[in-house]
Amino acid sequence: MMHFLLLFSRQGKLRLQKWFTPVPEREKKKIVRDMTTMVLGRKPRSCNFLHWKDLKIVYKKYASLYFCCGLDAEENELLALEVLHRYVELLDKYFGNVCELDIIFNFEKAYFILDEFLLGGEVQETSKQVLSRSIEASDMLQETMEEYMSKPAF
Amino acid sequence: MSPSVRLQEMIRVIRGARTQGEERGVIQRECAAIRAQFRQADNGTRSHNLAKLLYVHMLGYPAHFGQMECVRLIASPRYNEKRVGYLGAMMLLDEKQDASLLITNSIKNDLSHSSQYVQSLALCTLACMGSAEMCRDLAPEIDRLLRASNSYIKKKAALCAVHMVRKVPELGELFTPAARSLLSEKNHGVLHGAVVLITELCERNPDTLEQFRKAVPELVLMMKGLVMSGYSPEHNVAGISDPFLQVRILRLLRILGRNNDTASDAMNDLLAQVATNTDSSKTAGSAVLYETVLTVMDIKSESGLRVLAVNILGRFLLNNDRNIRYISMTSLQKIVQTDHNAVQRHRGTIVDCLKDQDASVKRRALELSLALVSAVNIRSLMKELLLFLSSCPPELRAHTTSGIFNAAERYAPSQRWHIDTILHVLTTAGGDVRDETVPNLIQLITTATELHCYTVHKLYRALITDISVQSLVQVACWCIGEYGDLLLRGECEETEPVQVTEDDVLDALETVLQSHMSSPATRGFALTATMKLSTRITHNVDRIRSIVSIYGSCIDVELQQRAVEYNALFKKYDHMSQSYMHIVVSEEGPKNGQTPATLVMDCSLCYRTSSGTGAPSLGTRLLNSFYSQAIRLLNT
Repeated sequence: MMHFLLLFSRQGKLRLQKWFTPVPEREKKKIVRDMTTMVLGRKPRSCNFLHWKDLKIVYKKYASLYFCCGLDAEENELLALEVLHRYVELLDKYFGNVCELDIIFNFEKAYFILDEFLLGGEVQETSKQVLSRSIEASDMLQETMEEYMSKPAF
Repeated sequence: MSPSVRLQEMIRVIRGARTQGEERGVIQRECAAIRAQFRQADNGTRSHNLAKLLYVHMLGYPAHFGQMECVRLIASPRYNEKRVGYLGAMMLLDEKQDASLLITNSIKNDLSHSSQYVQSLALCTLACMGSAEMCRDLAPEIDRLLRASNSYIKKKAALCAVHMVRKVPELGELFTPAARSLLSEKNHGVLHGAVVLITELCERNPDTLEQFRKAVPELVLMMKGLVMSGYSPEHNVAGISDPFLQVRILRLLRILGRNNDTASDAMNDLLAQVATNTDSSKTAGSAVLYETVLTVMDIKSESGLRVLAVNILGRFLLNNDRNIRYISMTSLQKIVQTDHNAVQRHRGTIVDCLKDQDASVKRRALELSLALVSAVNIRSLMKELLLFLSSCPPELRAHTTSGIFNAAERYAPSQRWHIDTILHVLTTAGGDVRDETVPNLIQLITTATELHCYTVHKLYRALITDISVQSLVQVACWCIGEYGDLLLRGECEETEPVQVTEDDVLDALETVLQSHMSSPATRGFALTATMKLSTRITHNVDRIRSIVSIYGSCIDVELQQRAVEYNALFKKYDHMSQSYMHIVVSEEGPKNGQTPATLVMDCSLCYRTSSGTGAPSLGTRLLNSFYSQAIRLLNT
């Protein structure tokens, strides 16, 4: 399973953090620091896989954002790269040519999309179309609700 | 102004802060405002306030005062508030907080909500941070959802069940029947969840594993369908139909086929088919092939299939993609003991990877090369390893040197080759060798009696070239002290002899003694060597005496003590025969850097000398006391 998924910028600023195991707050900060140091210290054309404690770390750089996840030792690293890529594709489809600013200003939407794709550290849906449809439907539900709430009560 | 713009406005303001202090100020103001809003009655902006708080939390600021607000929002009937409330729960609450128990009831209610999107929120949160008690409480609900709901909910319920089984393994029994029936679903999301759940159940319970072995034919058919199916737009990734599901099925087959002949037989054909038909030009295909190889190597597959798997790994080694080379080597490392010959065939490519730019790849290549060393390939492989050592990154040097030494010890074709190899390593990376290298090398040299002349010549040449590598200098000093007479004789069979005078040799040792690069231990070796030479040379004993007396007032206490004792020897036993002095020198006890092994070695040399010069009784008496010292040392 995936233990955590982190998104951070070239300067080490955290843009998203998803933890699939219970980790104390202090420990989370330490892991984030370790990951950013390790990943940002890698040379440009290095291998995308690292070892850290007893976890496999898989990371990929997309434009100015680093996507970094920590996996159990028996996970398939190449498939993890595909998982990261799929998440980026979903963000791209949702925001239309996604960039870092989209994720900064709409972080809660990035989380909602992630929660449709991964559950408990595992992939829950493998079809892009099904995923996009359910995300749209949830958004629709939210909008109708907000619209309803902003109308004057009678 | 719509409330959500205020969230983005706040983000904009925070990002506009020019200093850390300014940012802190902005955030403190916002948090105070948010706290105040939380205390007010419901005014329709609660979800936006919580969202603001979550942003602040991600920047690293404390947000625990939002925990109760999460609980309240989750209980709200409005979808947008629930959504942010659950998100907040996943970010701010974990099972260790007391507040997390308060949401159990809300989750329970939401699991039976009429809207599947609300159910989905509850399932997601439960799978993310559900504690053991929550899992025990809600397991029957999940079981119900596994059996009777739409595929959107079923796939989530399956993964929620996985989380529950991880937290409370006994719940596995509850979910097993439902998991079995999920295998006949058509929806890929549900199938994926079912396979993950079954994998988890089988890994934890051997009885369940036995039960699910009967499902192997069904899984094989499922996999065949995916591999042989035509283009499916919904699940296609770079020409592979649903690689995520394929990899999970392969992993489940691995667990089911392990240590079981029947199950392994049933999947042999399928694995061969996948291995030959999968296009590995993109990562998705390589991921499937990789998982196939891992499965083949772990089950009881027939030898033809194993060879096919190793060849796939060999092909991966030649791939342009560094990631693929890396995972190929990690896999080869796992099987190098069991399928040694198959991996040997790819030795050339592995050795080439030692020259790769990437540090991770280099490390893997080193591990694998060391594992592939054998009596047959030791000479050629050692050349490559020594070449690697001269340019390897600093963090790998210690590991490389110890690997080379181990390999040399096990498979050295001759003593001369062994000594040459160790000397080469010391010259290249003498600073990164283990401490035992020096005594081990001394012992090796001592046993290689025919090579004493050759060794002392080589070491002398190395010493006059460079005295910065302590380990090399220590061995060189010891060797010159021991076999200096062979050096001075000026003839050697194995190598070009040097024409040195006694002064030259003493010059070299004195340089070591005086150099600021020499460590105290090295100086000790040099001083002892100088002293030993007093019995082997004829013309320059006075020079030796003067060197030794200088060190009688040396700052280093150990060196001073030795020098003073040697001085005393010179004075007291001036009239004694050479051989006696030789014995007495060695009787001084263990010197710095001398292990009991080398001590006994010195001892035996003395004995031979004493018998030769006709003073056996004297020699024997001294020798006995000396032997008892050595034995005492060996027993400590």
